[in-house]
Amino acid sequence: MEQIFDILAAIFLVIGGFFGFVGSFGLLKLGDPMSRLHAPTKATTLGVGGVLIASLLHSFGAEGYVSVHELLITLFLFLTAPITALFIAKAHIHRHGDDYELPPTGGDASWAVLSDSEEEPVKTD
Amino acid sequence: MTLFRRIFPHPLLTVLLTLVWLMLVNRFSWNSVIFGFFLGLLIPFVIRPYWPNMSRMRHPGKIAEYVAVVLYDIIVANITVAWLILFKRRDQLRQAWISIPLELRTPEAITTLAATITLTPGTVSCDISDKGHYLLVHCLHAPDPDAVRDEIINRYERRLVEIFE
Repeated sequence: MEQIFDILAAIFLVIGGFFGFVGSFGLLKLGDPMSRLHAPTKATTLGVGGVLIASLLHSFGAEGYVSVHELLITLFLFLTAPITALFIAKAHIHRHGDDYELPPTGGDASWAVLSDSEEEPVKTD
Repeated sequence: MTLFRRIFPHPLLTVLLTLVWLMLVNRFSWNSVIFGFFLGLLIPFVIRPYWPNMSRMRHPGKIAEYVAVVLYDIIVANITVAWLILFKRRDQLRQAWISIPLELRTPEAITTLAATITLTPGTVSCDISDKGHYLLVHCLHAPDPDAVRDEIINRYERRLVEIFE
């Protein structure tokens, strides 16, 4: 019985390691900052996710208790990773926005980073 | 304002904080339930002046369905993007910027949508328009940008509208 958990944990470790590797490889291979930003979002989801599932299985199978710290790590990662990515993207658009052909905003004047308006960005009705 | 609202400005936040405290302790005991509940009372009370118009969710029951859809999409998109990174040459990638018209108006809902888009590999939400009606998204490989936009609207935004508005 214990062996099943060990094998499953090993499989998830390999999956996590693989996606972590692909994320880092993407960071090397992709040239421009915007596409490089895609690599870390991969590593934080399935890469870390695989390792966390392996850790859950190990603590349940080998040590015989249910650990929920892994779920908390997932929660905190899912809260913080998009904010980091958003700030990097915003800083990049702020400095090099003219290099890209950004799509038109539709009804609004401009994208928030490039706009001079002092108005509140989002209004709650 | 009723007495209940005065004690619990955000009932869901109270429940969430209690749960998070229990998970931090990592072992069930009534002591930690009571202390977690105490934190769940105190923290919303302290932060209330800084978060005045916290939107109330209309249908919190649909969160489970949304989380399941997002987790499934994260796994599928991870495999797709891993294939792109490993086997596609750099000049074969068709990067695209797309602009997503937002039906959502509450800041919490828009934040959730932007975070979901970033967590799904292959798309990163980069900016919001100055009045908050459009979201700027960068795609790693999108031969058909309109299809990506429609998928985001149909899969995520429609469900978030049901939850929040």
